Amino acid sequence: MSYLPKSPWLVHYDASSCNGCDIELLACLTPLYDVERFGVLNIGNPKHADIFVVTGSVNEQNRSVIENIYKQMAEPSVVVAVGACASSGGIFRECYNVQGGVDHVIPVDVYVPGCAARPEAIIDGVVQALDVLEQKHKDRKKGAVGRV
Amino acid sequence: MKESLWILFAVLYVVLAPFIGGLIAGVDRKITARMQGRYGPPLLQPFYDVFKLLQKENMAVNKHQQFYVLSFLVFVVVAGAIFFAGGDLLLSIFALTLASVFLVVAAYSTFSPYAYVGAERELLQIMAYEPMVILTIVGMYMVTKSFNVVDIAAYDGIMFLKLPAIFLGFVFILTIKLRKSPFDISMSHHAHQEIVRGLTTEFSGKELAYIEISHWYENVMLLGLVFLFFASNPILALLVVAATYFLEIFIDNANSRLKWQNVLFSSWVIAFVLGAGNIAILAMLI
Ligand code: SF4
Repeated sequence: MSYLPKSPWLVHYDASSCNGCDIELLACLTPLYDVERFGVLNIGNPKHADIFVVTGSVNEQNRSVIENIYKQMAEPSVVVAVGACASSGGIFRECYNVQGGVDHVIPVDVYVPGCAARPEAIIDGVVQALDVLEQKHKDRKKGAVGRV
Repeated sequence: MKESLWILFAVLYVVLAPFIGGLIAGVDRKITARMQGRYGPPLLQPFYDVFKLLQKENMAVNKHQQFYVLSFLVFVVVAGAIFFAGGDLLLSIFALTLASVFLVVAAYSTFSPYAYVGAERELLQIMAYEPMVILTIVGMYMVTKSFNVVDIAAYDGIMFLKLPAIFLGFVFILTIKLRKSPFDISMSHHAHQEIVRGLTTEFSGKELAYIEISHWYENVMLLGLVFLFFASNPILALLVVAATYFLEIFIDNANSRLKWQNVLFSSWVIAFVLGAGNIAILAMLI
């Protein structure tokens, strides 16, 4: 058994979100939802984090930032796209500067729907990400992978 | 017989301190959460965190980094072992300072701007707390006429009554050593007030786990120093240790981080007024 699902630390990046999803994500840390019950910490340093949570869509300016954060994370790690924007571009999809969802740049493991995604949905997404994390840990132990 | 008992203490420290330190950290997080109106993580969460970090990929920036981090761990353990073996208190404290310097060097060796800021601030912290630590030891020497922990612990009568101001001063700088707000300027256990992660920005996986374990060792030794003030009455001493730690958690939650100037200035004033003042009065009485 691995200890990854017991202590998932996340790093949050606000791509070009309208801030709606960000506030819902931060709501998860408040006394009402208190995700630290499950050992989740919002750590703010990609090198310490296990889960990369992105809100908002990708554009030319934040593309490199998303890639950079992703590359700095230690394996095993997972990516969660929170909200319609991060999943597909959302209502900003047709904008001249928007390229689409986060999966344009990096592989995404879990998509959380909603505009804005509700805190319950975000917590559910993170819990699903834990299974992926565990699976990646097992694969790594077998010596199977690097990153794609 | 006495000798072997103290050796046993040292061995127990090396074996048990991580467990005790980790449990204290767990209680700390739980109480912190309750103070903020949250439910809080499980008691064993710090252990889960460290085990997880040990399972992560090893991502070092350069070759010497791990060596420095391991030196930090080793010297903290050595400092604590000297302390709990009843050895020389000065030697023990110097070993602890050396350990802190290794941590600073480790952060410097990564050439990351964020780690640099953290390392510089850690140096400022060392400058801030070191005078008071030395004055504490001097005070203990004046009371017991010995630098050895064995003799200091064997002092009959409660040392606190002779060194009340020094005790307060020591609790003051303990806030810096335990990395609690408002003095957690180089690195904080709460992620939300950090630019990135201060001193530990560039450490991940195993190295971060070693740093965490070292802190557990360090905390147990520092609480041991608090114990020493009341050593003739172990039950009272344990109560004081618990109360002190609770007070530190309370201070941590009731304050936000100060600027480094305030940290340095206030701890030097405290060292001068409470530390030197107490020693001066003691010298006059003797
Ligand atoms: S999904 Fe909706 S709430 Fe979230 S960032 Fe996009 S527009 Fe804002």
